[in-house]
Amino acid sequence: MRLTQGTFSFLPELTDEQIGAQVEHCLSQGWALSIEYTDDPHPRNTYWEMFGQPMFDLHDAAGVMAELGSARATFPGQYIKLNAFDATRGVESVRLSFIVNRPATEPGFALIREEAAGRAIRYTIRSYAAERPEGERYP
Amino acid sequence: MRFPAYPHRMDAKQRYTAGVLKYAEMGYWNADYEPKETDILALFRITPQDGVDPQEAAAAVAGESSTATWTVVWTDRLTAADVYRAKAYRVEPVPGNEDQFFAYIAYDIDLFEPGSIANLTASIIGNVFGFKPLKALRLEDMRFPVAYVKTFDGPPTGIVVERERLDKFGRPLLGATTKPKLGLSGRNYGRVVYEALKGGLDFTKDDENINSQPFMHWRDRFLFVMEAVNRASAASGEVKGHYLNVTGATMEDIYERAEFAKELGSVVVMIDLVIGYSAIQSISKWARRNDVILHLHRAGASTYTRQKNHGISFRVIAKWMRLAGVDHIHAGTVVGKLEGDPNTVQGFYNILREPHNPVDLQRGIYFEQDWAGLRKVMPVASGGIHAGQMHQLLTYLGEDTVLQFGGGTIGHPMGIQAGATANRVALEAMVLARNEGRDIWNEGPAILADAARDCSPLKAALDTWGEVTFDYTSTDTPDFVPTATPA
Repeated sequence: MRLTQGTFSFLPELTDEQIGAQVEHCLSQGWALSIEYTDDPHPRNTYWEMFGQPMFDLHDAAGVMAELGSARATFPGQYIKLNAFDATRGVESVRLSFIVNRPATEPGFALIREEAAGRAIRYTIRSYAAERPEGERYP
Repeated sequence: MRFPAYPHRMDAKQRYTAGVLKYAEMGYWNADYEPKETDILALFRITPQDGVDPQEAAAAVAGESSTATWTVVWTDRLTAADVYRAKAYRVEPVPGNEDQFFAYIAYDIDLFEPGSIANLTASIIGNVFGFKPLKALRLEDMRFPVAYVKTFDGPPTGIVVERERLDKFGRPLLGATTKPKLGLSGRNYGRVVYEALKGGLDFTKDDENINSQPFMHWRDRFLFVMEAVNRASAASGEVKGHYLNVTGATMEDIYERAEFAKELGSVVVMIDLVIGYSAIQSISKWARRNDVILHLHRAGASTYTRQKNHGISFRVIAKWMRLAGVDHIHAGTVVGKLEGDPNTVQGFYNILREPHNPVDLQRGIYFEQDWAGLRKVMPVASGGIHAGQMHQLLTYLGEDTVLQFGGGTIGHPMGIQAGATANRVALEAMVLARNEGRDIWNEGPAILADAARDCSPLKAALDTWGEVTFDYTSTDTPDFVPTATPA
């Protein structure tokens, strides 16, 4: 399967040039970029690991791309996403978030059904990869 | 044009002598009145009967929507009547329309119960629309003081929190209404939901008139739909949702359905505008207590919002619904099959989404409005839109919106999943291009054609619907600019 979280997951993988153009856009809006990675891509895993602090003071796309290069070198087999944070009052949240690295194979998720009263079913989504310990989930 | 203050002021004894006075003479017209910061303001479009002068008509509207009756009553003197009387303070001719006038009216805040849309509307639109001296009357806009705004909870979730819960940022959300809207069994209905969500939509939706009919009872629908939602979520790794319409005959039914939706893990429930303002405020409080997004379908609204001379502008409904507290509201598409002048629709969107609205006559916003931290409502664009219009939709409507392609998903020649994928790819390609600084308005068709090279479903969608437009003249248009036509 292909994990389709993030703003651009239905497009072919973005080139570094395309990623750089999105970074430029975010910086031009005054948003701070940050990099996060995980090997547990559950749809409700809100807190991916932070690859350093959000880059509030970095206003140069090349610098952001260098950080991304370093994240990819450190965690080549994990999901990595770029987030853009907007601190404007009334927003104070993420404005753009897209995946820029993914493992070679994506085993996807099992849907676990627990039969409950009536015909109701309680659903649990479990990542096949997360059945192994953290750090050993993707080859 | 500004009319002089009413010339002769009567002493109190004369004013309260039994009999009939003109409304203006009773104190409902005051050209000298300076609205207070705490006043609630309303702008009406009035069409007086022949021979009724506009100030008197405006005063009558002020009177009938506040304290007045048709004759003098001495019991006014037991109250602070000068405060409680609404004041028409300005009358202006409507540009290009000789028999219509804009009447500005100020209401003291203490005329209204805090936090009650029912009470507010019982005054403002309660009696006055049937008033004989007027041929027609339309409520164009309202201004709510911060003191009054703060008596409402507003949207239970709001745009920012909804995005954080769904983990979806940087693009409009995508939805589709299940079709055919009536007749599917629960099992078949869930099939449509699964295909559309797995194909790439974020939301699917019950239609306004899907409640609990002989062909599909509500519990059956909810159970099958939640199987579909969870299957699609597991297949994509994304949070997905279906607006389960909990509209029912009684508030008890509505609560029962909402509780069941919550128990099954639905992130969102839906209601129709026709359930009424108090029911909307009730279910809004329920949604807030239960962390469920609340979708509102504006069923019935066009009966009173569409015609310009009589009724209520949708911008007023949008303001009431932001106060009452809904998270989504259908607010027009500009380019689709339903009524929607571009500027007027953008006015609705600004009212729903901005922290503060400046006066913007071109978009039909007549008053400055400070929303005082009230959460933002996600406007929903639904009705006759398709992937080939993506550049227009993104330009007109921006990013914080749900684009709903019902027919444009389910009617796809390669199937529902393909239809959903076409829409998602078109959307992501357009957002990517916009962020790169490209001129999507003009390059839109080329951007879509490029994206379609990697995506045969998008190619098929463009081949099927690329030329479909709904290019009719709008009826609800701004009074201050020439009317633009979409596309």
